[in-house]
Amino acid sequence: MNSWSQACDWPGRTEFGGWPHTYYLFNAPAISGEEILNKRLSKKWLPLAATIALGVGLVACGDDNGSSSEDTTAAAEATADTTAPADTTAPTDTAAATESSEAAAPAGDWSANFKPWEEGAAPVACGPKDGGALKAAWVYVGPINDGGWTQTHDEARQKVQEHFGDKIETTYKENVPEGEQVSQVIEDLIADGNTVIFGTSFGFQDAFLAAAEKHPDVCFEFATGYKSAGNLSQFYGAAEDTDYLTGMAAGAASKNGKLGYLASFGIPEVVRGINAWTLGVRAMNPDATVKVVWVNSWFDPPNERKQAEALIAAGVDVLGMKGIDSPATGDAAKAKGIPWAGYNRDNSANYGDVWLTGTQYHWDVYEIPRLQQVLDGAWVAGNYYGNIGDGFVGLSTYGDLVSAETRATIDAKKAELAANPGGEFTGPIKDTAGKEQLAAGKQHTYEELMGMQYLVEGVDGEIPAG
Amino acid sequence: MNSNIFIVIAWSAIFYGTPLFFAALGGVFTERSGVLNLGVEGMMLIGGVTGAWASLHVGGSAWFTLSAAICIAMAAGAVVAALHAFLCVTLKANQTVAGLSITIFAGAVGLSSYFANIWKVAEDPVTRQIRRLDVFGLADTPIVGPLLFNHTILTYLSWVMCAVASWYLFRTKIGLQLRAVGESPQTADAMGINVVKYRYIHTMLGGALAGLGGAFYSLAIVPTWVDGMTKGAGWIAIALVIFGFWRPGLTLLGAYLFGALQSLGTVLKSRSFDIPGDVLDALPFVMTIVVLVLVSTRFAHKRIGAPAALGVPYEREER
Repeated sequence: MNSWSQACDWPGRTEFGGWPHTYYLFNAPAISGEEILNKRLSKKWLPLAATIALGVGLVACGDDNGSSSEDTTAAAEATADTTAPADTTAPTDTAAATESSEAAAPAGDWSANFKPWEEGAAPVACGPKDGGALKAAWVYVGPINDGGWTQTHDEARQKVQEHFGDKIETTYKENVPEGEQVSQVIEDLIADGNTVIFGTSFGFQDAFLAAAEKHPDVCFEFATGYKSAGNLSQFYGAAEDTDYLTGMAAGAASKNGKLGYLASFGIPEVVRGINAWTLGVRAMNPDATVKVVWVNSWFDPPNERKQAEALIAAGVDVLGMKGIDSPATGDAAKAKGIPWAGYNRDNSANYGDVWLTGTQYHWDVYEIPRLQQVLDGAWVAGNYYGNIGDGFVGLSTYGDLVSAETRATIDAKKAELAANPGGEFTGPIKDTAGKEQLAAGKQHTYEELMGMQYLVEGVDGEIPAG
Repeated sequence: MNSNIFIVIAWSAIFYGTPLFFAALGGVFTERSGVLNLGVEGMMLIGGVTGAWASLHVGGSAWFTLSAAICIAMAAGAVVAALHAFLCVTLKANQTVAGLSITIFAGAVGLSSYFANIWKVAEDPVTRQIRRLDVFGLADTPIVGPLLFNHTILTYLSWVMCAVASWYLFRTKIGLQLRAVGESPQTADAMGINVVKYRYIHTMLGGALAGLGGAFYSLAIVPTWVDGMTKGAGWIAIALVIFGFWRPGLTLLGAYLFGALQSLGTVLKSRSFDIPGDVLDALPFVMTIVVLVLVSTRFAHKRIGAPAALGVPYEREER
């Protein structure tokens, strides 16, 4: 066979082309000796390549969920919220944005929400010894411009710096992975003379505990954890109170009484949020149901969008979320023009036509007085759980969809919750199975809130096992 | 009617199948020229991050910005593919290893994330998004509305591309010569076809289409860049090339099947079907395994006609 005939001895030569190419599907091409050789080679290659491809693909996919499910707390561990509006266009300071409602809830004293681990413990002397500036450092899991979790922490750090001027020198380390490196980062910061270290990601907790034991003269402040030491404090806040208020806005916005809710993981913090949101919804819309779906990650915008779209297609007419830091849910809501209640970020600017409101944290409410205590030589370790009353948690700017009447109702409830944090969980409260979880007139204790593992009546869904 | 579960799944199949199709169509071109490209995932991610960057930094009307972003994403994918072609065609490296290296180099913890960091793609919101259209105002028509008239411009482009690619591969002389290069480069060379040129061009074309598929994630699905956001779509695309028997039309159908499998979990979860989400999320990959096992049988190999020289570097003097 000469080369010319070889090249032309081709299945396509007879132009069976057409669409679809059934010819190629069902007719084996004529094979020359040389082609048989090549076929053998390719036969070896294909399965090998495919197996490797698959293996790598599966590993790459499994990784995401695996690593993030470790972080049991931090709702917005979630890091990069990339679509959130730029700071220049969006007011992130709720206190300023919702002045009227802030006025209704006079700022309480943060110290009422702080309890030392040990009454009468001696203060830790981590202030500056040579009369210089106090050096304080923040350790972040994400980049400071992630538009979400880490960014709100860094904005608080800047407020601290602004407040204290040259009395305090602040610094930060961003993009610190949750793992071995944390300890090294802490050691470096201490070697640089920092005597107050803030940790902002749940996965840093063990490294912080170890460092606290190793450096008794350094003060450690940790957000979203629970472990304690003589020089390790924990701070977080009652987002469930503002989740309840957000739910009220959502309930008032729903016409058909079917709402959809995206939740990250079935941990108590998120479960509290779902329950409070649902109670808020039903306060405004007593027969409403909330369809909860678990997206099993803190941050996975494409999947969140897909899930939100599926909820809309299933008939929900308002969307909410907890433990999810991207506005992808808002994108789905915007595409279909249905109201959306966000979380941990004011998206009123970019999603104005669908935005309701959402929970926001104000870390500086706690950080500034605590650093003042360090300067005064009065810092003791303990647990802080802020609330609306002291301004640690607040609501984002209301969207245009929230009517004046609804705002007034929410603001009144906000004042009530400011005076009585956790008041939205007042019995009788039944779970999804109809079993009474809280007797009439009773309120959950702090410990019960921290360990909440049931879903309230009105939720359509269940807490995933494990 | 249009919120019927089957319509929703069919619509999702088309929407989420579109980026898979782009990447797989690129794979069809590349493999038809005899080059195995396992770097698709990396090329998609590079396309995704450069597309997101361009949508932030190219000025002008939304239409212009998004068109430019798509072109830049495709160009970036082509550049990475050129590197793959250089390794495989010029240096005659092992194509499996070269492709895997490209994915690791450019992929989720590599170049794409590095670019995202240094360009601060995450810093500003990507406000320009490729939105779904309401073609002829027919989006709300029962059944055909969501399926045919409520997609992004890229989905319509993919339909055109599918037809053009079929015509190109099977009805043009260049297409015939391309297939010759993939089946028997020696004979093609003897006929005066420039094997190296054909392989370079079609590998780069494949990379450009992978880049386009990646940009679909960061411009159309969500207006956001997330590290590793394609989450294995590139690997599914490689399986799709085989699943589609190296033919554009069948690849399109395969892409929609995988698109449906990918969204089945979310759709059923929203309707309280009692099926563990993890099982459903694993379906596309289970399907990938099944497909690859089936097509690697002796029978299938004889029948489906993979390009005979696929994965074999061409040595001109070696006979």
